Amino acid sequence: MNIINIEHIAKIYQVGSEEVHALADVSLKIDKGEYVAIMGPSGSGKSTLMNVLGCLDTPTRGIYNFKGVNVSQMNDNELAAIRNKEIGFVFQTFNLLPRSDALHNVELPLIYAGVSSYERKERAKIALEQVGLADRMHHKPNELSGGQRQRVAIARALVTNPSIILADEPTGNLDTKTGEDIMALFHEISEQGNTIILVTHEEYIAEHAARIIRLRDGLIEKDELVTKRYIPKKNGASKI
Amino acid sequence: MKNYLFELKEGLLISLRAIRANKVRAILTTLGIVIGITSVVLMSTAIKGIDNAFQTGVSSLGSDNLYIDKWEWFNNDIPFWELRNRKNLVVADYEKYKELAKLPLAVAPTVWSNQTVKYKERTVESILIQGTNHEYINTTNLTFSEGRFFNELESNGGRQVCVIGSEIAKNLFPRGNALNQEIRIRGQKFKIVGVLAEQGSWVMGNFNPDRQIFMPITNIFKYFQSESFRSVTINVKARNPQMVEATKEEAIGIMRRIRGLKYNEPNDFSINQQEGLLNTINSTVGVIQIAGLFITGLSLFVGAVGIMNIMFVSVKERTKEIGIRKAIGAKRRSILGQFLTESAIICLFGGLIGLVLAIILSLIVNQFLPTSVQIETVILAILISLFTGVISGFAPAYTAAKLDPVEALRYE
Repeated sequence: MNIINIEHIAKIYQVGSEEVHALADVSLKIDKGEYVAIMGPSGSGKSTLMNVLGCLDTPTRGIYNFKGVNVSQMNDNELAAIRNKEIGFVFQTFNLLPRSDALHNVELPLIYAGVSSYERKERAKIALEQVGLADRMHHKPNELSGGQRQRVAIARALVTNPSIILADEPTGNLDTKTGEDIMALFHEISEQGNTIILVTHEEYIAEHAARIIRLRDGLIEKDELVTKRYIPKKNGASKI
Repeated sequence: MKNYLFELKEGLLISLRAIRANKVRAILTTLGIVIGITSVVLMSTAIKGIDNAFQTGVSSLGSDNLYIDKWEWFNNDIPFWELRNRKNLVVADYEKYKELAKLPLAVAPTVWSNQTVKYKERTVESILIQGTNHEYINTTNLTFSEGRFFNELESNGGRQVCVIGSEIAKNLFPRGNALNQEIRIRGQKFKIVGVLAEQGSWVMGNFNPDRQIFMPITNIFKYFQSESFRSVTINVKARNPQMVEATKEEAIGIMRRIRGLKYNEPNDFSINQQEGLLNTINSTVGVIQIAGLFITGLSLFVGAVGIMNIMFVSVKERTKEIGIRKAIGAKRRSILGQFLTESAIICLFGGLIGLVLAIILSLIVNQFLPTSVQIETVILAILISLFTGVISGFAPAYTAAKLDPVEALRYE
């Protein structure tokens, strides 16, 4: 079953008097449980595509069906509800609330989902255990390493049991070793049956996925399955 | 409904976190509201005090008193020259009125003179000397701290006796042995037979009984001024407040007869009442109220603008945070609620501090203007500060709620 089905999507920005086609004409389908990487050089439109896929932005043209529902014309609040329920974001710069501890950061999406305080804490704890940070619950982001921060962000993405996890350059701010650990964590999450969409510009990171979609100038250049997939070693930190 | 309560609770928690994270700024911001609320509360309390003082002052005139006079006291409808050209009232008019009037409880003539009063080397200037007779005391509610009012014998015989107000007693006899002493006015000696208790109607100025001296009316004519110099006022006390109107009607009839007016001639005298003064005072207090609250309201307004300013800065500063919250599913109203609650809490907090300050300061004001902070004022102040918070927080909160999540996330 398709989770994501987009047809002839375009995103056009007006910059001064000039029209910029960030996405010219993109169609793609992503199934449940897939691990997809979106690749492309800067300016290829991959960020725009990610924003559209993540329901942060609506396309100028085309149809976006998310789990069979057309979301391309939805308003701000409806999109917010979709993001809250269906999408887990992992960002390059982690995007944690700096003044809140790990537990509260992970709880955040559940607050907007209207989950009671007690249940929220329980679920956030479980999510933090999943990413191997059970002992760092009450640390603030500035008391955590980069890798740990990204784990908190992943826990925050997982806590609502979303339909897809959207990761935008999740290793971009991490050193190679830590990046590898994070990729191992994604692998495990994928093994569990989660749908992951990974946006990156690095070939070896993209090769962790099972399928790579290459973008250039707002068009899909290539959409291929990875033949020689890179399977990270089992990471001791994650306990899935 | 439950959903809204949930959001309100979460909004409160989020705002409290944000305020705690920025304590110093929150406190400085609050200052504007603190000052605003303090001045508004203090001002309305002071106005209440002024109003109280006026009401006490007026009530010393007595609600069932009438004053028959050549002059119209509070009403400016009749032109001055017409009043001036009226015939003076004289003691003989009083005597005829007293004989004919059936309704009043008590009637007394009064005439005033402004004099300097001395006792040994002590002097008080510009004292209102009221010449009257023994009946006068029955037309008032005056009380004595010592002695008595002069009696019929002293009044009719024109004895050189007097009754002095509490303030004069305090000034001339700091050690308080005024009774039976002799004060000097224009070289004449007057024996003090009574000292009034403090009446507290300071708003009446020179007409405050605390600053007056009472003596038999014949002394005034004998030593200070001729009978024709100033018109006599006839003080009339009705039997009860319900009979004031009837007493007034009777007085008009009798006075017209005494003055020999034809049926088509207008009254050449006026019947004055406390009511007239009350109207004047109420409109005066009204003006003070509006002016005072407007001025203090301005300081509250400045405080509100300060809050708005800080909230705008806060929204700008937390653009990224707003982006994160929106990305993970915060709706517009959640963000709006978060910032509105934040500014409402800051203002409420400021309002409470302001209120406490105002209550403390009102204790000081109370030393010279008897007053206290009313419970309505307290409730109003709390509501105003909440309202200010919501109003001044709205524009910034709305800006925050409207932010585009993509733009906000990109903001550094």
